[in-house]
Amino acid sequence: MSDPAPKLVKLSKKDLESDQDVRWCPGCGDYAILATVQRTLAQLGVRRESTVFVSGIGCSSRFPYYMNTYGFHSIHGRAPAVATGLKVARPDLDVWVITGDGDGLSIGGNHLLHALRRNVELKIILFNNQIYGLTKGQYSPTSKLGTRSGSTPSGSVDHPLNPLQFALGAGATFVARCTDTDAKGLGAILTRAHAHKGSALIEILQNCPVFNDGIWDAVKDDPAGKQMVLADGKPLTFAGGTMGVRLGADLRPEVVKVGDDGVPADQLLVHRERGSAAYAYLLAGLLHPEFPMPVGVLHSEDKPTYESMAHQQIADARARQGEGELQKLLMSGMTWEVGADGTRH
Amino acid sequence: MSKTQELDRVVIRFAGDSGDGMQLTATEFTKAAAEAGNDISTFPDFPAEIRAPAGSLFGVSGFQLHFSSGEIYTPGDAPDVLVVMNPAALKTNLKDLVDGGVLIANSGAFVEANLKKAGYASNPLEDGSLAKYRVHQVDIAQLTLSALDGTALSTKEKGRSKNFFALGLVFWMYGREPETEIRRITQQFAKRPELGEANVKVFKAGYHFGETAEVFQTVYKVPPAKFAPGVYRNITGNEALAMGLVAGGHLAGKHLFYAGYPITPASTILHSLAKFKNFGVMTLQAEDEIAAMGAALGAAFGGAVAVTASSGPGIALKQEAIGLGVMTELPVVIVNVQRGGPSTGLPTKTEQSDLFQAIYGRNGEAPVPVIAAKSPGDSFYAAIEAVRVATRYMVPVSLLSDGYIANGSEPWPLPDVSKLPRFDVHPRTEAEGYFVYARDPATLARAWVIPGTPGLEHRIGGIEKDALTGNISYAAHNHERQVKVRAEKVERVAEALGELDLRGDPSGDVLGIGWGGTFGALRQATEELRAQGKKVSHAHLRWLSPLEPGLAKIIGNFRHVVVAELNSGQLRTILRAKFLIDIEGLNKVQGQPFKVREVVAALDARCGEPASTSAVASAAATTAPAQA
Repeated sequence: MSDPAPKLVKLSKKDLESDQDVRWCPGCGDYAILATVQRTLAQLGVRRESTVFVSGIGCSSRFPYYMNTYGFHSIHGRAPAVATGLKVARPDLDVWVITGDGDGLSIGGNHLLHALRRNVELKIILFNNQIYGLTKGQYSPTSKLGTRSGSTPSGSVDHPLNPLQFALGAGATFVARCTDTDAKGLGAILTRAHAHKGSALIEILQNCPVFNDGIWDAVKDDPAGKQMVLADGKPLTFAGGTMGVRLGADLRPEVVKVGDDGVPADQLLVHRERGSAAYAYLLAGLLHPEFPMPVGVLHSEDKPTYESMAHQQIADARARQGEGELQKLLMSGMTWEVGADGTRH
Repeated sequence: MSKTQELDRVVIRFAGDSGDGMQLTATEFTKAAAEAGNDISTFPDFPAEIRAPAGSLFGVSGFQLHFSSGEIYTPGDAPDVLVVMNPAALKTNLKDLVDGGVLIANSGAFVEANLKKAGYASNPLEDGSLAKYRVHQVDIAQLTLSALDGTALSTKEKGRSKNFFALGLVFWMYGREPETEIRRITQQFAKRPELGEANVKVFKAGYHFGETAEVFQTVYKVPPAKFAPGVYRNITGNEALAMGLVAGGHLAGKHLFYAGYPITPASTILHSLAKFKNFGVMTLQAEDEIAAMGAALGAAFGGAVAVTASSGPGIALKQEAIGLGVMTELPVVIVNVQRGGPSTGLPTKTEQSDLFQAIYGRNGEAPVPVIAAKSPGDSFYAAIEAVRVATRYMVPVSLLSDGYIANGSEPWPLPDVSKLPRFDVHPRTEAEGYFVYARDPATLARAWVIPGTPGLEHRIGGIEKDALTGNISYAAHNHERQVKVRAEKVERVAEALGELDLRGDPSGDVLGIGWGGTFGALRQATEELRAQGKKVSHAHLRWLSPLEPGLAKIIGNFRHVVVAELNSGQLRTILRAKFLIDIEGLNKVQGQPFKVREVVAALDARCGEPASTSAVASAAATTAPAQA
């Protein structure tokens, strides 16, 4: 916008709450996520008028209605496409996408793939509860094999998708994971994602108390033992540093004891946010129960964004050809003049 | 020595393998006709296969050009001259050639293998079956090779120049100036000068062959047409449409955002717009049709003049998102360059079978204004009009074109841009008293408020909303009210429409009604019948939804009403339901445009006939004054 920006007013969490009644089920993990997003954005000092939340369809996609910012609740799976159009047209805006495992990885998988591939600067928060909630409990693309649900009474027979490996495969430049109730961890990731110049994908392990209650409890109830907090440049350890992950034979990661009765710490894998794509993929593949779930920033890299390159092309064309003149454009190619006598001159 | 004969008009068709370069030959010949001051109309007709197997019937690619010293509306019903590069091209095109017409055949290609592929038991050039035509056998392939004797090109490369031999020959036949063409070829092949030189050589050889070979005794001359004064260019429908979109953005005072997914015959709109970056035009080749529509909505939310274009199958994919645009009341233009359907259908052929899809194709009651371009040049104005209505009424607008006008071309008088009426759009910035669905009392449009505006933060979405606040609402009466107001808003578009495009009297024997790309055939047919004293009129509908008010005033004044369209009767069904009149149909679903004579025959047949009883009965029942 060309108008001078109004003076920045320090916001509180309350300023980011809309006047709408929140309609999620009691006990839904979405409440905690909403509160953390509101608190973090207030702390970051964002401008409400320059912040837009775009969503698709599903429980999580009601999120924009509860944010006192601009918001667009679109249609099933298409939020990354809508957000891409918005961000390309208006690179000055802070655009967030709220999606879920069904919305983002099933019906909208293609759009998520291409938004990440293009590195459009969208901050995409994917609520993964391994179930379709709004349609009353069918299994989702992230449900474990054998999940019994309304549509799979004998257990699901399709293999689940790993959201972070999907994102890395698409070329995502920022990939992170957190649990819904870890306000501190999520706040830190949101802060990092907000600062990232490119698309960011954040997977939140979220609880659906009605259709898939407790699906992440094993991970959430024992954070020290079942989560591995990532720190750039530090070895992969958990359980208070007593356990770690190293690379075994055939490039297979393995959980090992660390210390006197285990392996020396220098044998452990060291976390590099800017490490190789192969490392990031391997890290994203560490899943409970075989491994502790890595939480934090798994991968971060710098790549030019789609919108910056697109607008650069426009700026270059203007510099080269001058600002477009419509009359000239119409005259391009072969033209001829017909005089008052009705014939060509 | 050849003599010169003057003609009013000529229809010439070039046909050959899809790899023979016939489209290029004809395009170049079209430029020459335009340069010579003729009125022109073209019709490229090609298969979906890029390089179909040589010599096959399904691989034949054609291009028809009509050039004239008088005003013309169509590419012509039947060629007077047919140039064929092989037996398959002869087989598929001969039926259209007028009796006594000129046939130029690349005789070297009439060998057994090609004859067999085309299904000829004997060589038509030798068996006397072409006796009623003026046949000129020219071994174009061999003459091309001879012309390039001694150059470093391979035989294969030499063979590729043969379309320039044909071009040179017709240049001579119609007395066209070869120098401009030679310059153009040289420019076009500037990066491969050896090919440019070869093509010029072959072009000249063709030209001189006409001059020296005894077979052609006549040079034909079509004098320049009289045009209204002004600056002209030759333009195709898709070029004009792309420029019209840029103009629409300019007149609205906004930047243009375009998202599309490649599809025939709409892709060239994206190609054109991608070159207009210095106008601030943003183009996005989306991952699919749905994404293109979604991105357009996102850009419209962000305050851009947003457009997506596709053809029938792609529009079908976009429909859910178009419905979201109806619900959120965002200004977007959706261009449908129609082709033959259903499904993949006839990708490179024309049809008008997406009218129902444009008007009714979404879930729920989701009306949008629908406008159709009538000719290549008119696509420019139709695009501006679509942008104007979308931004004025805050509504997605469907803009229909078709393969015939998208690829066809005509001389186009350039508008003076400074005289085009502006319709600057100013999004709301005043926070006081803002509600998402508070409406302008005249247009029923909600205010366009774009992100970045302080104090007006709001949320929109596809769930039904309260008619004022925009909060989610499932209330029974609120929903019905919103459904009605969305429909009423589209109806209000009619209030600002101009006069009905009517040729002829507002009453008479027969009213022909058409829309879109059939305009030329209907108008020409009407002119011909009226010149014979027939009481025939032609109403062309620019807007299909809402219907133009002018139609209601006259539709009851004719003994017969005939809707001519390239589908099985879609507009006819709509008009019958609207006016309760027994409207008849002239329908053609062959992937081909109407021939003028087909329209003439259909309208003429009803001139002497009494009105059918049901037509009289129902016409009398309407409020419009019925005239016998």
